[in-house]
Amino acid sequence: MSVTTLPSRTLALRQQGWIARVFDYKPFLIVMCLTPAIGLLLVFLTYPLGLGIWLAFTDTTIGQRGIYIGLENFQYLLKDQLWWNAVFYSIFYTAVATFGKFALGFWLALLLNNHFPFKSLVRAIVLLPWIVPTVLSALAFWWIYDPQFSIISYLLVDVLHLRSTNVDFLGSPWPARFSLIAANIWRGIPFVAISLLAGLQTISPSLYEAAMLDGATAWQRFRYITFPMMMPILAIVMTFSIIFTFTDFQLVYAITRGGPVNSTHLLATLAFQRGIAGGELGEGAAIAVSMIPFLVFATLFSYFGLARRKWQQGEAND
Amino acid sequence: MTDVAAQSGNARSATPDPMAWDSRARRVVMIYLPLACFIVILLFPFYWMTITSFKPNAELLNYKEHNPFWITSPTLAHVKHLLFDTDYPRWLKTTMLVAIGSTVLSLFASTLAAYAIERLRFRGSPYVGLGIYLAYLVPPSILFIPLATVIVQFGLFDSPLALVLVYPTFLVPFCTWLLIGYFKSIPYELEECALVDGATRLQILWRITLPLAVPGLISAGIFSFTLSWNEFIYALAFIQSGANKTVPVAILTELITGDVYQWGALMAGSLLGSLPVALFYSLFVDYYVSSLTGAVKE
Repeated sequence: MSVTTLPSRTLALRQQGWIARVFDYKPFLIVMCLTPAIGLLLVFLTYPLGLGIWLAFTDTTIGQRGIYIGLENFQYLLKDQLWWNAVFYSIFYTAVATFGKFALGFWLALLLNNHFPFKSLVRAIVLLPWIVPTVLSALAFWWIYDPQFSIISYLLVDVLHLRSTNVDFLGSPWPARFSLIAANIWRGIPFVAISLLAGLQTISPSLYEAAMLDGATAWQRFRYITFPMMMPILAIVMTFSIIFTFTDFQLVYAITRGGPVNSTHLLATLAFQRGIAGGELGEGAAIAVSMIPFLVFATLFSYFGLARRKWQQGEAND
Repeated sequence: MTDVAAQSGNARSATPDPMAWDSRARRVVMIYLPLACFIVILLFPFYWMTITSFKPNAELLNYKEHNPFWITSPTLAHVKHLLFDTDYPRWLKTTMLVAIGSTVLSLFASTLAAYAIERLRFRGSPYVGLGIYLAYLVPPSILFIPLATVIVQFGLFDSPLALVLVYPTFLVPFCTWLLIGYFKSIPYELEECALVDGATRLQILWRITLPLAVPGLISAGIFSFTLSWNEFIYALAFIQSGANKTVPVAILTELITGDVYQWGALMAGSLLGSLPVALFYSLFVDYYVSSLTGAVKE
């Protein structure tokens, strides 16, 4: 529209009157613009976060207002074997899955960084596991892990004759734990690969040319150019990955619901079982709150990753 | 599984590559073979989901006589059961409405916030930006219990409206950061010109900044839509009645009845529930990738 024609504009301003002037008053405008976002976040994020910490110190149950009971919930949790199991499995799950996702994701990113036909199509396909609803792909994994009709068992037993019995994926603790981790890695690879690919593409080819002139081997080029240059973005992506793997809920809830014999509970699924399904809101909140120290740790990790990045690449980095 | 991958890997890698700088065999082993493995493994669950949805039960549960990797007599029985004997269409509708509602709400809130932080520049605007960024690091898993009590207080329990209001908590931080990046890339001079010509701030936002930020808005919109479509834990905790559930929750809680799993129907439900996001994504894949990587680079 013609914002450049002066006469019609001044006329418009006169017609709009005081409302227009109020909306052009900067402090008012700033408040107006920030209100929806900040309001939503305060009401549905900050307030519940505070409320959650408060609930963790009460004995609230569904339908009954609790009273302050101090550290009782936490003392109870410290004596609770199930909570310790969940802590152990959360850390184990996060550690192994993150390692797997980054090893395989980095490899995939390096592969995708080559030239080959149908490159953009391949890149689009690779992201599919990430965009499809986790619960729905988890169901597919549940079916793949079926005790009787598992396709993996079929391959191992009837096609390759490597085993004589079906694999019991979800029936006993350790296989179930690793099956869930495999599903998590499968889902996480695309995100890691595509994010790292973006990082790889920002590395200047002249560095590699210089190294090749100096006679660096492929491994040396990776070790002394690719890896250090990728450190900053690796740190950020890893922080996100760690936070969201540690607090994962969907995959475990969909496939095992914490079973067999509570061996695959993550802190989030345990919190759900106690808090929502069991109705002990206070105790559930305490379990959720017990995740916070780990998250703070991961966030600090991210912060130092960012700081290192500025130092490494100087000012001209955006 | 890797064996299958290797086989199809050989088939794929037979295509010649004119750009090869190294010996072709080496390239095949180092690049195409692992890439083919990755693609086969990443896609296999979808293939399995699809093929299960169209298999008759007799084939589904008999691997001895039927090759499980193929269908001899495909059937639409599972899809028909899903669409006509269950509330599936209704769940789809709810999910769609929730996803669209929360996307629109988050885009509205984050556009204004990003504009204020990036262009109206006031004292403390970097801190507001940082605060919004930190909100992204708070995962739903530690919020759902207190949020459930908040939702009950507001009288929104069991209402899809609760989800529309709650999803922006994880959408707004991401969209705001994405849009701040886009607004940064729009030359400030354009706005100054408009200011000199006497346009109001809101006119500038509506007529100049937003049209130029359309790619950013599309990226943010797609990202929000997929994230809200996929959301699970809030939908599980806040919605009780079968009719109001979203697709991911409903499939898990309503379709699994008894001890005998209806794998055909379950997989058909998963497939149909994945299709909308997959289609949406395939239309805008470049925007999606740029939003994902752009946010990481930011």
